[in-house]
Amino acid sequence: MRPSHLVGGKTMKTTIPKEELVYSGHLACQGCGATLAMRYTLKALGQNTVYSVPACCWSVIDGPFPYTSLQIPLFHTAFETAASMASGIQAGFAIRGKGDINVVAWAGDGGTVDIGIQALSGMVERGDNVLYICYDNEAYMNTGIQRSGSTPVGAWTTTTPPPHFKKSPKKDMVAIMVAHHIPYTATGNIAYPEDWIKKVNKAKEIVGPKYLQILASCPPGWKHSSEISIEVVRLATSTRKWPLYEVENGNYKFTRMTRKFVPVSEFLKLQGRFRHLTEEEIDVIQLLVEEHWADLCAKAGIENQFADKLEGYTEKVKKHHPQWFHIEED
Amino acid sequence: MMAEKYEIKISGAKDMPPMAASLGKMLVNKTGSWRNIRPLVIPEKCNGCSLCWKFCPDFCINIDGDYPIINYDYCKGCGVCAHECPTEAIVMEEEIK
Repeated sequence: MRPSHLVGGKTMKTTIPKEELVYSGHLACQGCGATLAMRYTLKALGQNTVYSVPACCWSVIDGPFPYTSLQIPLFHTAFETAASMASGIQAGFAIRGKGDINVVAWAGDGGTVDIGIQALSGMVERGDNVLYICYDNEAYMNTGIQRSGSTPVGAWTTTTPPPHFKKSPKKDMVAIMVAHHIPYTATGNIAYPEDWIKKVNKAKEIVGPKYLQILASCPPGWKHSSEISIEVVRLATSTRKWPLYEVENGNYKFTRMTRKFVPVSEFLKLQGRFRHLTEEEIDVIQLLVEEHWADLCAKAGIENQFADKLEGYTEKVKKHHPQWFHIEED
Repeated sequence: MMAEKYEIKISGAKDMPPMAASLGKMLVNKTGSWRNIRPLVIPEKCNGCSLCWKFCPDFCINIDGDYPIINYDYCKGCGVCAHECPTEAIVMEEEIK
């Protein structure tokens, strides 16, 4: 029986489309962010979509043959070839007069920034009408948390155990795509589905190569409990570690502006993979965040209101950790 | 969702070779058995924001009614819904065998 104050009129409101194109019963871990990324993307793209998926978490989550958890055709391909396979699928559709079908290459961060980067670069250079989406969980989570080019500085993985944690910063894939003169590229976050759906809808309308990257939390890999899966990635954006912006024909634009200063330690302390970091090392990460933010503000042509955070930081941090900045000590 | 039949059919891919089309739904896999803790909805506290539905990684929350109804066949018990609920209308309880 419904409680009295709810009877009559009150219904649940939604801010994102209600249509579901992913079935329950998939094989993702508890609290998986990648499934949410897929769900929001398909809400925007709709049924008229074909996926090309290389070896990544989603090639497992989808289920074993002959079962699938998606209501759209999906092509499992080799690790390096998500982009080139999508190019081929698109060319095949185009020659048969079906160019209106959304062809999506859906890859994890390993299949994008390390193994698949030459196929992706080729796809963007040729100008194929493909939407490439990287769901970024910041390591090779499918095979057991090995370090990838997308792993952030300071993170524990099984191949970078402390004290030999990852010393180089995360590869800036969006900047690499901008250098290809791509028509549209953007970052996303599973904690902001409205923002993400807007970006996917925008990318869908553009003819030519598109690259989107969405941050997806991974409870077993990031070593946090499954219920804070959304909170962690929300903090990634509010601490400016993962800013939300889009680049259209070289024009940078923030889609979510941060006004309040939240130290990056708020994001780091929730996760077990950063537990070994000392305060000085967190300072280094804060500096990298400020540098990236200042760079983005300059590109977007807006005033950096956190500019004072950068002052005096650089010398202090570089003095303590020269090896993090590739400075040879004589 | 539960009442659907798991029949083998090729849909939406009529002009693709049969091997490229999928033959069944993952709905056969009842992931509810993975669960250690179970979410319980308190309808009196619910304000109808549907955040639980929006952030459910297993897509097992139905919001067609006045308050969320959880499908325990597929809920893996991750606890995201209870953590994100602004009015604490969902609580996690230990699963009893």
